[in-house]
Amino acid sequence: MSSQMREKPCRTVRNLSIYVANRPGALARIAQTFSRRGFNIDSLVVSAGATPGFSRMTITAEGDEAGWDQIIAQCSKLVDVVACRCHEDEDAVVRELALVKIRCDLAARTEVLQIADHFRAKTMDLTETSMILQATGSPSKLDAMVGLLRKFEIVELVRTGKVLMARGEEAT
Amino acid sequence: MEAKKEQKNVKTGAELLVDGLAAGGVKVVFGVPGGAAIPLYDALYLHGAGMRFVLTRHEQGAAHMADGYARATGRLAAVLVTGGPGATNTVTGIMTAYMDSVPMVVVTGQSDRAMLGKDAFQETDVFNLMMPIVKHSYLVKSAAEIPRVVAEACHIATTGRPGPVLLDVPRDVAEELAAGPGVGEAVAMSLPGYHPVARAYGRETLEQVAAALKAARRPAILAGHGVVLAGASAALRALAEKLEAPVTTTLLGKGVFPDGHRLCLGMPGVYGGAGANLALSECDVLLAVGARLDERVTAIPERFGRDATVIHVDVDAAEFGKMVQADVCVEGDARAVLEDLLPLVEKCDSGEWQKRLAACRRRFEATTGGGASERQPGGIRPLAVLRELRAQTSPETVLATDVGLHQMWAAQAWSCAAPGQFLTSGGGGTMGFGLPAAIGAQLGRPGTPVVAVVGDGGFQMTLCELATMVVQKLPIKVFVMNNHYLGMVRQLQDIFREGHFSGVELEGNPDFAALAKAYGATGLSLRRHADIRKVVRKALATEGPVVVNVEVARREEVFPIVPPGHPLNEMVFERPRRGRGRPAGGSAAAAAAGADEAAKAVTDITKEVH
Repeated sequence: MSSQMREKPCRTVRNLSIYVANRPGALARIAQTFSRRGFNIDSLVVSAGATPGFSRMTITAEGDEAGWDQIIAQCSKLVDVVACRCHEDEDAVVRELALVKIRCDLAARTEVLQIADHFRAKTMDLTETSMILQATGSPSKLDAMVGLLRKFEIVELVRTGKVLMARGEEAT
Repeated sequence: MEAKKEQKNVKTGAELLVDGLAAGGVKVVFGVPGGAAIPLYDALYLHGAGMRFVLTRHEQGAAHMADGYARATGRLAAVLVTGGPGATNTVTGIMTAYMDSVPMVVVTGQSDRAMLGKDAFQETDVFNLMMPIVKHSYLVKSAAEIPRVVAEACHIATTGRPGPVLLDVPRDVAEELAAGPGVGEAVAMSLPGYHPVARAYGRETLEQVAAALKAARRPAILAGHGVVLAGASAALRALAEKLEAPVTTTLLGKGVFPDGHRLCLGMPGVYGGAGANLALSECDVLLAVGARLDERVTAIPERFGRDATVIHVDVDAAEFGKMVQADVCVEGDARAVLEDLLPLVEKCDSGEWQKRLAACRRRFEATTGGGASERQPGGIRPLAVLRELRAQTSPETVLATDVGLHQMWAAQAWSCAAPGQFLTSGGGGTMGFGLPAAIGAQLGRPGTPVVAVVGDGGFQMTLCELATMVVQKLPIKVFVMNNHYLGMVRQLQDIFREGHFSGVELEGNPDFAALAKAYGATGLSLRRHADIRKVVRKALATEGPVVVNVEVARREEVFPIVPPGHPLNEMVFERPRRGRGRPAGGSAAAAAAGADEAAKAVTDITKEVH
């Protein structure tokens, strides 16, 4: 390997889907596995799995490319973890939900609603001075919408983080 | 309460816990009680029949004793301590066991459930505190779950890749009543994510391994602790002999292949021997079994095995590619893999290779040992003591070491023919391990002679356990290699920091022989080279516990070593001569100058053997 190639470890973003017995400490153990290797978790969603007593975690994180196999192996090894799989965006249905609270008066309202309409966002709350939009879709679509809305004053932004499911017969 | 207790098998959580440990095979419990653990100790008092309790003087000692017991016997022991400081004092011992894959169940008393998270007296978040250093852990929330949880803990600790498991038990859970299993009734476990398997590999993988070994002209086997834990000593020997492949054993693998065997190369690595390091540097096929290929063994992991076909066998799939990317990975128990491989392999054409390795060992044989250039006239050479000790002890003797120079000297001089005879803290490098580990080993193997070799630094970290040794009437012979220094750090400062001896002089050491007498043991002193044989004989012949203070040559160092940043074949065999004049400048300049001197003193062993 040339010295040039060695210089900077390649940082990559990946998605892990972890199926885990719903036991105290399971989340902390998984989070520690990431932090110990210096991986930064971008988003993390935990919810009930299809079978009672199990949870599904969807974690998107950034770390050096060489470390990802280790992260998967270390997570898989945890006593509570039943399965830990890595998924590319292209091979999965990937969704996220965002709530955006915008300060907007009557003058701005039309344009905000135009943007909302374009992204198929719904108006969940409307006052004289503010509006809450709810949008769902791929994280990049939400990024695009939030980007356009930055023209106005975004008071608050809450995103669920990415959830995904493998397409076809493949297990998530 | 009495009425409820009359129901079938209703017991307190503490009783259920003691029952569960007994059912899990625990025969010895080490610990120190405290407020939150009183119900647990009460159950041990009333229901712990058949279980030996050993009161230690410090909780770190308790964990190391359970560790030494398990390493010497292969059996599970438990640690029982209270919350807060009782639990935090076990951290070092648990880390040591975790790093070296030693089974252990640690039970910590905890504040009442209602007090959790409220900074009650001694209330500490032990569950989260321990998380990175345990194989698994539980905060037990009700007595009803105790039978299941204890069964799971014992199962997890001892299966797959073994390790410590923590049970944090609130005081009121220990006192709560719940129904337990009936006599002889199996407890159902619920571990949907835990399925250790001996054979996670297929026939195809084995055939791939066999084909690589068949083509090998320079084969080498690296056997680690995993081979010991799998009980695969005989399988390893059969395979090595059939292949005619030389074997090198890691620090924790010592004894799993007999040290005196014609194919045995001893320990490799940063403090390893030239023969073993040459084998790992020049082999064309490397079979690494139950070894995690850490940087102490491989020196520079990314350069290790570059020119060889590396086959990595481990029960823990997370070891694959962690340090070294192998060409073939075999996930499985070492014994299963080695036994399955045996019928598939043939003798390698390794004659020339073995001649070369033998030549290397002859070439560098005399260089093992101390700092030749600063030998003190009349000073006791630690290797001479260890060799005499080996000569005078029976082959089945168990040696426990502490961590430091004496540990590496012992690894060099102490030959053993079976696993479980050389107990040392490898991954943790935990000073203070030696004495309590020896105590645990002696309790587990009462009929076997147990010797502890420790340094004056590490010994003082847990020497309160001399009381435990005396109270338990354990005939352990402790040899303190006393150089009044933290010697291993001193050597690194000597060679790589231009002799900046920072914080390594152990002023104020007590007279260890007198101290031993104060504890009720026999104390002996060894101060002259000429007395080595006599004093060793006297120590071994004396009944009961003995501590020998050995005043070794103060500046004796351990060689050979592989300096930091160098590959395994670049070894330093004697103390480099220091140039005149100290470089101006700070720490970086000293480090650079030290590295420079070490680099000049390096011998490339591949070029020295013809």
